[in-house]
Amino acid sequence: MASLKELRARIGSIKSTRKITSAMKMVAAAKLRRAQVSAEAARPYAAAMRRMLGELAAATKGEEGAPRLLAGTGQDKVHLLIPITSDRGLCGGFNSNVHRLTLQTIKKLQAEGKTVKLLPVGRRALNFFNREHADLIVDKVIGFSGKDVPFSVASDLGDKVNALLEAGEIDVCTLVFNKFQNAMTQTPACLQLVPMVMDETSVNTGAASVKAEDAAQYEFEPDEATLLAMLLPRNLQVQIYASLLETAAGENGARMTAMDNATRNAGRTIDSLSKVYNRTRQTNITNELIEIISGAQAV
Amino acid sequence: MPIQIEIISPEKVLVSREVDMVVMPGAEGDIAAMPERAPMMLLLRGGVVSLYENDTVTDRYFVGGGFADMTATRCTILADKAEPVSAISIDNATAALEALTEAWDKADKTDISRLDVLQDKILSVRAEIDAGSSSL
Repeated sequence: MASLKELRARIGSIKSTRKITSAMKMVAAAKLRRAQVSAEAARPYAAAMRRMLGELAAATKGEEGAPRLLAGTGQDKVHLLIPITSDRGLCGGFNSNVHRLTLQTIKKLQAEGKTVKLLPVGRRALNFFNREHADLIVDKVIGFSGKDVPFSVASDLGDKVNALLEAGEIDVCTLVFNKFQNAMTQTPACLQLVPMVMDETSVNTGAASVKAEDAAQYEFEPDEATLLAMLLPRNLQVQIYASLLETAAGENGARMTAMDNATRNAGRTIDSLSKVYNRTRQTNITNELIEIISGAQAV
Repeated sequence: MPIQIEIISPEKVLVSREVDMVVMPGAEGDIAAMPERAPMMLLLRGGVVSLYENDTVTDRYFVGGGFADMTATRCTILADKAEPVSAISIDNATAALEALTEAWDKADKTDISRLDVLQDKILSVRAEIDAGSSSL
């Protein structure tokens, strides 16, 4: 059995660990609020963007020579995967969920004979894939999470994807990130960016809302194709931005939950250690008493 | 009859209110959005969006390019970057202009699409500096 001194030291160190984890929980809760507010604030832009894209897609329907961002390269050989994680750990299974899903996807694609390239976002993903698939990494983006995510990160990343696509180096581009559901739950998900998956409802509602508002035809300046070509890269950036914001919110939510658990576990460990400590103390006293009494009886 | 104007940047909504007229910098020339206008979708260049109420300019915002969606009753501006003219930092803009000019000098002069993008950016930053210094 451990000595009293050792027990006291262990209890002391677990107490300070508990202080740290509970402070981290508070910080994560405050950051989560901020992240949720900025995710909220970014929504109108994405909504307006979707509406305009819907209107434009309806106007250009059936025309030849659709931009690559919309239609892809017409091939399905080279896949670019973009796993998005945080820069720092200590947030439970948040990052490893993304890693696992990405690995599964890589395996599946490679089994189908496709070439896979990786563009990890966030330090955790970069470190992980440097160990697992260093040969697949084409580029990286790190060092922004934990702060407010500026739009420029998303626009730079969007430009990179666009450049790769235009150069014909990739055919399909997919994001792997944690969808933020609430502070407790984040589920890893894949989102295909290129070729764009126009969900039918948004296209239809976009066109329908136009018809309802004014039966007249839209004017476009410059022409539809040019507008569409300008709007698509922007839409790519907006989608990336949205997933970055979700990651930021999810990271803090996951960290909050993880730290809450850690704080509770520390409390439990302290309780059981204290029990052992007290019991040891009592045993020692009893032993001493027995020694004294038996000494006195012997005289 | 007023028109509902919204200026939205990727980060947030800057303006959402009713005004009488909005003059915005279209890619091919300035355009005014007024009530009962035929619906139109417009590409914007970098420049100043002016909000008019009772024939006077009440607010001016700088937008660094983007898109506008006009209908008879509303006008939505999706700006790549937007801020009130009074908040423009000329120092930042000048630094950005210098960086862009350098990029232009280094750029491959046969790569037309890249040059186009750079040129748009340079024009946009120049418009920002103009707008910022005119408001002083």
